[in-house]
Amino acid sequence: MNLSFSILSWVTFTPVLGVLVLLFLPKDRRNLLRWVAVLTSMVAFGLSLVMLAQFDQTNASLQMVERLPWFQLAGMQIEYFLGVDGLSVLLVLLTTFLTPISIISTWSAVEERVKEFLIFFLLLEVGMVGVFLSQDIFLFYIFWEFTLVPMYFLIGIWGGPRRVYAAIKFFLYTMAGSILMLLAILWLGITFESFSVPDLIAQGGIPGSVQTWLFLAFAAAFAIKVPMWPLHSWLPDAHVEAPTAGSVILAGVLLKMGTYGFLRFNLPLFPEASIRFAPWMALLAVIGIIYGAAVAYAQKDVKMLVAYSSVSHLGFVVLGLFALNPLGIQGGILQMINHGLSTGALFLIVGMIYERRHTREMDDFGGLWKVMPIYGALTLIVTLSSMGLPGLNGFVGEFSILLGAFGSEAIGSPIYAGIAAAGVIMAAIYMLYMFQKLFLGPLDKDENKVVKDINLREILTLVPLVVFIFWIGLYPKPFFNLIGPSVDKLVALLQAASVAVH
Amino acid sequence: MVLLEVVQGGGFFAYAPLIIALPILGLITNIIFGRRLGERFAGIVASGAVALAFVIAILQFLALQAHPEGVTIPIAEWISVGSLSIPWAIKVDTLSTTMMLMVTGVSTLIHIYAIGYMHEDVRFQGDPGRYARFFIFFNLFVAAMMVLVSADNYLMMFVGWEGVGLCSYLLIGFWYEKGEDGIGNAVAGKKAFVTNRIGDFGFLIAMFLIFGAVGSLQFDQVFHWVHEHGLANVGVISVATLFLLLGATGKSAQLPLFVWLPDAMAGPTPVSALIHAATMVTAGIYMIARSAPLFEVAQSTANLVAWVGAVTALFAATIAVGQFDIKRVLAYSTISQLGFMMAAVGIGAYVAGMFHLVAHAFFKALLFLSAGSVIQGVEHGHHHIEHGDGEPFEPQDMRNMGGLRSRMKVTYWVYLIGALALAGLPPLAGFFSKDEILADANMENMGVYILLAAAAFLTAFYMGRQILMVFFGKARSEAAAHATENPPVMTIPLMALAALAIFGGALNLPGVHKLTDWLAHTIEHVHATEFNVLVAGLSVLFALIAIGFSWLLYGRKTMKEGDPDPLRKILGPIFVGMENKWWVDELYDFLIIRPYVAISWFLADVVDWRFWHDWFHDSVLGSAYRNGSRWLAWVFDLRVIDGIGNGLGNITSWGSQRLRVLQTGYVRNYALAVLVGGVLVLSYFIFG
Repeated sequence: MNLSFSILSWVTFTPVLGVLVLLFLPKDRRNLLRWVAVLTSMVAFGLSLVMLAQFDQTNASLQMVERLPWFQLAGMQIEYFLGVDGLSVLLVLLTTFLTPISIISTWSAVEERVKEFLIFFLLLEVGMVGVFLSQDIFLFYIFWEFTLVPMYFLIGIWGGPRRVYAAIKFFLYTMAGSILMLLAILWLGITFESFSVPDLIAQGGIPGSVQTWLFLAFAAAFAIKVPMWPLHSWLPDAHVEAPTAGSVILAGVLLKMGTYGFLRFNLPLFPEASIRFAPWMALLAVIGIIYGAAVAYAQKDVKMLVAYSSVSHLGFVVLGLFALNPLGIQGGILQMINHGLSTGALFLIVGMIYERRHTREMDDFGGLWKVMPIYGALTLIVTLSSMGLPGLNGFVGEFSILLGAFGSEAIGSPIYAGIAAAGVIMAAIYMLYMFQKLFLGPLDKDENKVVKDINLREILTLVPLVVFIFWIGLYPKPFFNLIGPSVDKLVALLQAASVAVH
Repeated sequence: MVLLEVVQGGGFFAYAPLIIALPILGLITNIIFGRRLGERFAGIVASGAVALAFVIAILQFLALQAHPEGVTIPIAEWISVGSLSIPWAIKVDTLSTTMMLMVTGVSTLIHIYAIGYMHEDVRFQGDPGRYARFFIFFNLFVAAMMVLVSADNYLMMFVGWEGVGLCSYLLIGFWYEKGEDGIGNAVAGKKAFVTNRIGDFGFLIAMFLIFGAVGSLQFDQVFHWVHEHGLANVGVISVATLFLLLGATGKSAQLPLFVWLPDAMAGPTPVSALIHAATMVTAGIYMIARSAPLFEVAQSTANLVAWVGAVTALFAATIAVGQFDIKRVLAYSTISQLGFMMAAVGIGAYVAGMFHLVAHAFFKALLFLSAGSVIQGVEHGHHHIEHGDGEPFEPQDMRNMGGLRSRMKVTYWVYLIGALALAGLPPLAGFFSKDEILADANMENMGVYILLAAAAFLTAFYMGRQILMVFFGKARSEAAAHATENPPVMTIPLMALAALAIFGGALNLPGVHKLTDWLAHTIEHVHATEFNVLVAGLSVLFALIAIGFSWLLYGRKTMKEGDPDPLRKILGPIFVGMENKWWVDELYDFLIIRPYVAISWFLADVVDWRFWHDWFHDSVLGSAYRNGSRWLAWVFDLRVIDGIGNGLGNITSWGSQRLRVLQTGYVRNYALAVLVGGVLVLSYFIFG
């Protein structure tokens, strides 16, 4: 056994150790299995904190790099190449942070096939962290596809009534985009004889017309994952059918793989195409913001509402990234984290009430604040965070994004940001509507009168998220410090390309 | 001696952050202990925290005597991204300190009043456990308001701006299971928040524009830039100020966004007094006064501000005439008075606007709290009598009152003082502050002056009508006949506010101009308004005539139980319009709300679900996907699965057993292939 692993491999593959332990444990010792999974994911989180401690926030380049030749594919060298920089460090932390919380949330929600569930969950973590750390596009692609598998099973086995349909749709839909990306990856590898992202960036020199096609091929995969309007049709199905923990990870992390993909690959590899496409991406983003917010308001199922709110929120992220300036991109990255925290928390919240009432129809509730005051107060905070109340995390991201997009040369018009800002009004409409339907009004249904407030375990899953909701809202400096230098480097690259375009 | 040195050295400025921290400390204490340690504890902690904040505000006032130019006290960095750098920093100057003093002072009195009021209210509404929560929200409001007024940049101001909106939302819906259909209060809260968000959208766009032009959102830097480059950038400044005006119309309930404020009366009465009369709703005025350098340059916007204010003042006053709910009369009166202030800042009379803002805070808080006293008095009376018939009783309807003068003596006298101050009779506070606005309008803009003078006439009339309907004549219900006065914890704050309503005019007496001199340290180009004897005389004459009219209609022959409003006969359809608030809510419902809901449903149901989800994806793409995946699975089956030994199959066998039920065929194979591939990769690194 080779113990000369560096920290990034440890962060990525520690969950595999947990999987190995789980494999040898009896399947009916459910609590033992759960403890093993939780502890494993906690260790992974601890290791990611070690990574954070070693992270040099003044350094814009990749850090803690591990680079080994792996295998040859048709003569092309594929490398095992991990590295972390400002673009990915927070996303890695978000993943390792949300995983233990999600696992704890399943304590009483998942009672069947606990062992398999936990194994898939830990494998999912491996895939997600791998996606954020891979610096070889082929390795990235393997992790990218790998995440589909555990998620497919999580939805397909532990999901709701239409789980099989939702799982297949999720799988096929996301795969369809990935195939185009795979072709683009292979083209890059064949042409430049390297799959290494930094090498490809340094080499540059992809002609403008080719950039267009490569940009579109990558964008196909990422836009579906985000999902950007109008490619969002898989999302409500997947969310509604997925078990709570699956939804948390899906919304919290998996969607960010799409926006991260734009950030890591499209922007630096195809800067000229990015500049050219920026207004179009902004247009789709703004449509998504407005459309998602309008559609969310008309939902009857809480989970559907939150799912469509993600379409709206992720629109903000894309708008920020394609502002192509430091404000927009830093805001976009922070907003990925913010959305992971607040929407993750919202799905936890929906799961808690679903466990008690076995319904998610908003008409079945009303007046819950009276019987569930702690739950009500925590939900209120998360709701406010999600609708971008200043002082909480969502506002910091949204404001930076909108300010960046408003003055963006690449997007070319403040109209986009102006319309997107109207989405802030609409967010208040659907989020407050949800809060009202669940918590306010008279407590007039007998089933709701006997519902118990959330227990200590459930409080413990929400409180860490709420802490970050306040922290990022009031003092986001440490987070921006991590992101800043790498974004500046990326923007410098884009500016050089901009000179070339004009 | 030491104290003097501290004052002169500006040492007290260092305590400024406490003005935000103390209410927060209070609310945290109440979150932890409030429910356990009981009502008295919760009320005293909350009131004490605000009272201490008031002390801090006084310290700032003292420190400013020696350093009237003020200071900025940085607390921490907040957002620094790219070219944006926003700190948490407190600006102590004469303008912000005026607001600090007024807000914390009035808040302290209202907090004390609420100790008594909420004690009754939680019992009347049937949930005593919610007592502490009220004070938690109340303290949060004061903290947010302090952030708003003490901010040294637009973005931090916006934090307080939306923060007070949140508290307003929470407190309007405090009895969230009450109101029309059990949901009315919650809906009113939501309406307030969403309407305010429309204004906040304007505030946001204004900030984008200002940042785009200046590269900063800090007041000092923005205003410095305006001095240097303002005249060359009138266009952008005009647009930015227009959006600021939109923000102000939301928060300060002006046309066209005023509709939330009357509904906000669903909140407990101390909330109406503090948030929806004295403090929060004045934020828009404060913001425009703070932005004076911008509006000085953008004269066209400033002009619009004046007209919006003047039209709102008259429009809301007409509605107030036709209301029967004691609090709704006051609510429309508040909108109208905010219109006066708006008109003042629009014509550049910032001092007059701020003067009226402070004076109005005194007498309108007084009026609301007295109205609360009346309502609880009537509720007492209602409880006192037997009522087995279960007929719904409206304790806020003035038609159910009458003759309360003798049953609630203290309340009557303080109410009368508040009403006369609002009507603008000398020497009460409202006379001086309103007259200063009228005198300025008379010089600057005749149209605005006429509208305001008409509004002032109606103000005196509807207050006369209210006083006569509530306190004079005979009781028009059993409840009113048995009404009782409230305890001193409520009446003493009323007396304190009454004193302020009487003497508040001293702040800026003609010829002395204390407030003018004070604010001149912060706002440039302020001028002392000459006392205009003609304007003042006309105002007083109008007010007296209006009160005389009200006496003719409501006083000479008092209303009996079941009598229609005498004005209805005289004005006919006009009164119906006033009573129905000129159908503005219905208009908005028709023009905005229904279309929004309909479009949302159409997009969600028809476009997104039936067309895009069911038809296009499931029907059209579905078959294409199936065929495509079949082909892919075939390719991968050959390449990947065959290449892998069967030995690893055992590990995944349980997974495939489970999945037989899924009947998904080829997809499963592909999925497993990737899984197995992944395991291989892992084992290579672990064991390789």
